Amino acid sequence: MKTLFFAWRYLWSRPLGAALNVLLLSLGLASITFLLLVAHQLSRAFDRDLAGIDVVVGAKGSPMQLILSGVLHIDVPPGNVPLQAVRALEGHPMVARVIPISLGDNFRGYRIVGTSHDYITHYAATVAQGRLWDAPMQVVLGSTTAAKLGAALGNTFVGTHGLGAGGHAHGDSTYTVVGILAPSGSVLDRLILTDTASVWKVHEDFTALDDDDRKAMEEEREVTMALVQYKTPMAALSFPRYVNTSTEMQAAAPALEISRLLHMLGLGTDVLRAFAGVLLLTAALSVFIALWSAVRERRGDLALLRMLGAPPAKVAALLLSEALWLGLLAAALGLLLGQGFAAALGWFLKLDTTLLLGGMVWPVELAVVPALALGVSLGAALLPALGAYRVSVLELLQGR
Amino acid sequence: MIQTSQLSYQYPQGPLLRFPDVDVPQGAVLLLSGPSGCGKSTWLALVAALVAPTAGQITVAGQALDALNSVAADAWRARAIGFLPQKLHLSAALSVYQNLAMAQWAAGQPEDASRIHAALQALGVDDLAPRKPGQLSGGQAQRVALARAVLLQPRVILADEPTASLDDEAAADAVGLLLATAKAQGATLVIATHDARVAVAISPAFDSQMGLKTLHLVRKQL
Repeated sequence: MKTLFFAWRYLWSRPLGAALNVLLLSLGLASITFLLLVAHQLSRAFDRDLAGIDVVVGAKGSPMQLILSGVLHIDVPPGNVPLQAVRALEGHPMVARVIPISLGDNFRGYRIVGTSHDYITHYAATVAQGRLWDAPMQVVLGSTTAAKLGAALGNTFVGTHGLGAGGHAHGDSTYTVVGILAPSGSVLDRLILTDTASVWKVHEDFTALDDDDRKAMEEEREVTMALVQYKTPMAALSFPRYVNTSTEMQAAAPALEISRLLHMLGLGTDVLRAFAGVLLLTAALSVFIALWSAVRERRGDLALLRMLGAPPAKVAALLLSEALWLGLLAAALGLLLGQGFAAALGWFLKLDTTLLLGGMVWPVELAVVPALALGVSLGAALLPALGAYRVSVLELLQGR
Repeated sequence: MIQTSQLSYQYPQGPLLRFPDVDVPQGAVLLLSGPSGCGKSTWLALVAALVAPTAGQITVAGQALDALNSVAADAWRARAIGFLPQKLHLSAALSVYQNLAMAQWAAGQPEDASRIHAALQALGVDDLAPRKPGQLSGGQAQRVALARAVLLQPRVILADEPTASLDDEAAADAVGLLLATAKAQGATLVIATHDARVAVAISPAFDSQMGLKTLHLVRKQL
């Protein structure tokens, strides 16, 4: 303990140099922390929201857009598909379940999703207050949505057109809150769920000029997409091809698209990782130079310790302890900065309410940060510590 | 207390130094004199078991130094030798008290505050304990360094050029302080110096009961 105490005092006898070294090392570690946090949270979000969905069927266009908009709810959908075509899929021998998803409106930025009760069952969500809808224009709020909106059972509201805040209001179509879900940790937490028929009703009321018009629209009803579960894994070989070649729709496999997405993100993270590596290398050099200079400046002090009876290993341990302090301080600061960067990214890109990306998450992978900090600082201290180990008392006596 | 016999030290790719035999009794003073480069520092290093002689034997406080391995030599030095270097090497990062605590740490002993304060008190500088070395005068710093040297009550005090860069009055005070401290501790005192004023300063301050020996080294490469 005394070794650590004396090392601490020696370290802060050069406060500016020590602070700069800690800062430099922490910036590299903060970058690593940020990367680990983003990777962990993205992976968790994908695992959570994509689980059990084998394929998403929707309008032709970008398959990744289909997945992002329909499963993760962070993009706009490529278009709509006929209800009849989706219903036809329910009869396909390889399909176990089809969950319709209808998008188009929001309330204060929270998406209103027309769907079936199966959507709630799929994510194993439970009702915390009230009940599920049993008629159009009744909604069930996700737990985060309810908390953020301060909504309660019986509240009514009017949706606005579009998937982000700022569209025009569907003034005559009022939704009523009949239920609030318990937190499920899934995408449902931040949605407003209603019957698919609600979405048709809102838009038909808004668009239809007369009853004939409304009747025509009822015959041409659409949904945005369908989440499909297979009966057998073998379906993955033939079902997407069937959809893509035999219908006017496209089938997108979440696993494949997310793998593509991660590959694209990987290019960015590789750059950031290389940047962090350069920062860490620079920090290691800086720590090395600082400790090497410390040994040179304090050669006499260190030699005197030998004269006072300290074994060489004890003198070297003093230097290593200074590096240990640098590493520990930098690890703590780096972790906090990294958490701050992740929180800022989540807030800036508004991912804190969609992918649940943010700070103050402590996955076990972050253990690599202090390990890296100590590795870099102690590694950089090895040569200076060896210099301290070999310090010559005879030189001290001879006044050199 | 300090006995050397047939002592020599060969520097790697350097001169071979031979030293006259000495026998300094317990509590005596050895004035080790000679010009720069004559081997005074090497003699101190040999007696402190910091380097091993090329030939010859050294016995200090009954301990034959050639019987000590490096680990045992460090432990023995911590107990037996007190050292006052020419440059005092008080750590600027630590307070006066902490400088002495560090000496205890270096010797592998637990921090003993009462002993630290007693050592400072004996040299009249206990009130300086919280100060940093940078806040001390030259004389105060030398007293603190001497307190550090005698903190563990060594049998031998080695003082290396204790009057260098001091004026006449301060040099006389420094020598007087060393003699008084060594006498109070019952320690053998070795003063290595090329300063002729030290011998002059010793005369009036010297207590004949202590016994004075001199070892004058000359610069001679063999």
